[in-house]
Amino acid sequence: MELAEQIGGSVTDGLAYLGALVSLGARAAYFTFVGPFRGKHLRVHQTVSQAMQVGVRALPILSLITFFIGLIMALQSAYELRRLGAISFVANAVAISMTRELGPLITAIIVIGRSGSAFAAEIATMKVTEEIDALETMAIHPVDFLVTPKFLAMIMMLPCLTIWANTMGILGGALFGVTQADFFFGRYIRASLDALYLRDIVTGLIKSVVFGMTITAVGCHEGLTTGAGAEQVGRSTTRAVVVSIFLVILVDLVFTTLFFFISER
Amino acid sequence: MEPMEDTILQDEAMISLRGLRVNYGEREILHGLSFEVMRGETLVILGGSGSGKSTLLRTLVGLEQPASGEIWIKGQNLAAISEAQKNEIRKRIGMSFQGGALFGSMTVGENVSLPLREHTKLESSTIEIMVRLKLDQVGLAGFENYMPSQLSGGMKKRAAVARAMSMDPEILFFDEPSAGLDPIIAAGVDELILELKKAFHMTIVVVTHELASAFLIADRMVLIDKGYIVAIGSKEEMRTSTHPRVRQFFDRVPEPEVSQEADYLQMLTEDNRRTGNLLTEKRGV
Repeated sequence: MELAEQIGGSVTDGLAYLGALVSLGARAAYFTFVGPFRGKHLRVHQTVSQAMQVGVRALPILSLITFFIGLIMALQSAYELRRLGAISFVANAVAISMTRELGPLITAIIVIGRSGSAFAAEIATMKVTEEIDALETMAIHPVDFLVTPKFLAMIMMLPCLTIWANTMGILGGALFGVTQADFFFGRYIRASLDALYLRDIVTGLIKSVVFGMTITAVGCHEGLTTGAGAEQVGRSTTRAVVVSIFLVILVDLVFTTLFFFISER
Repeated sequence: MEPMEDTILQDEAMISLRGLRVNYGEREILHGLSFEVMRGETLVILGGSGSGKSTLLRTLVGLEQPASGEIWIKGQNLAAISEAQKNEIRKRIGMSFQGGALFGSMTVGENVSLPLREHTKLESSTIEIMVRLKLDQVGLAGFENYMPSQLSGGMKKRAAVARAMSMDPEILFFDEPSAGLDPIIAAGVDELILELKKAFHMTIVVVTHELASAFLIADRMVLIDKGYIVAIGSKEEMRTSTHPRVRQFFDRVPEPEVSQEADYLQMLTEDNRRTGNLLTEKRGV
């Protein structure tokens, strides 16, 4: 009985949490897309600075990691393909797995680590030092002021970062292809492009936009709902990372399933 | 309430509370407070830790929702007006927070100019001049480009006052203006409040537990204890009051220790009033 109660409690808590995220996302979307038509100016300056932080500054680490992932994918698939005498399909394997799955996912996870956690820590600190309250007493909506620029920066930058990640992954695969599988560089790239359908890239990009929304909503929600005191800031930051990773994987599963059944027809 | 009474109140009271009750979760913090703040007066809300005075201030500026009762600001009932109308009122009030609550990622000048940039269509050159003026009024001329982290505690408070004043508010709220400051800097902040009062005839509401500061700046005082109003009146009335709780607070007499075994037992078994108060203290209310 107690177990059933606990399960029920967790389910309602989870649904309430999702509801809060959707509500926060909807409000940010309102301020982003509807607000400008109602006389509220879009916070261009803050959005650009967030986009720099979320996107441009993530490029070095993202490039390195996705290059390695591409190389790893090449090595792993070559292990099996070599036995079948089909090592030239390494290019296809790397290109498809990067664009459809690993590019968006690895990008999202790096962005969670860099920016999702930073959002939560920034907003939670502001909450603890009464800065959020100060915004409200100045008649400035905290979601409008803090969340909207982050939201906009994320949905713009995540697809860009994902395209970059796909490219770097394919280049990582090319390193293996050229050195171990007798490809010329140009031919490897051509083989990768031939293997890809536009659908592969687009589904990856659609996922990345949803990942961006999820990461922003979780990070900002954790920040805004933090308790009193400095240790709560740390706790909110940790929760933001863990919950974001979980939800990104969940969203990934849902969308991948969806795309699977759509493309079947 | 009779409508007749409303119009009378509107004429003289900037803020008026009627039977204000505020809860945190299940627990009631303020148990039906009623008083008024007149135009141009400085009202000091006094009370010990956990008395509910900060909750009262937070409710007045709209950060907490009352469970029941009414708050009228400038003749408008906060519960009866839309969010947009509330925002219009918020633009006419300024609030100085205990720790300053300056935005750490912005310079002092950007902090002060934020409400102007958000709510007015003034040219940036005009805003710059206004920021300089406000900073000059609080004695921080030339600090526009400093980050809040580069300021001392007293300077942060002054910068926060400058930000609270940037929209030329009619009502200024102060939460513990002298908390965490040394006596000399604290006296400087009191001096600043007196100057603002003299120069702009603003209505000022100050929450504090510093007696010296309260007697210096107040026109009237309210003493709050455990969520009830114990006494309200002018400085003289408070000084000469014979009410035991007022005397205890002003004469700084500690709470009597529980000596009798029976009392002690009663305290332990009493419904969680005492624990409730301890909890309030922990929350920093």
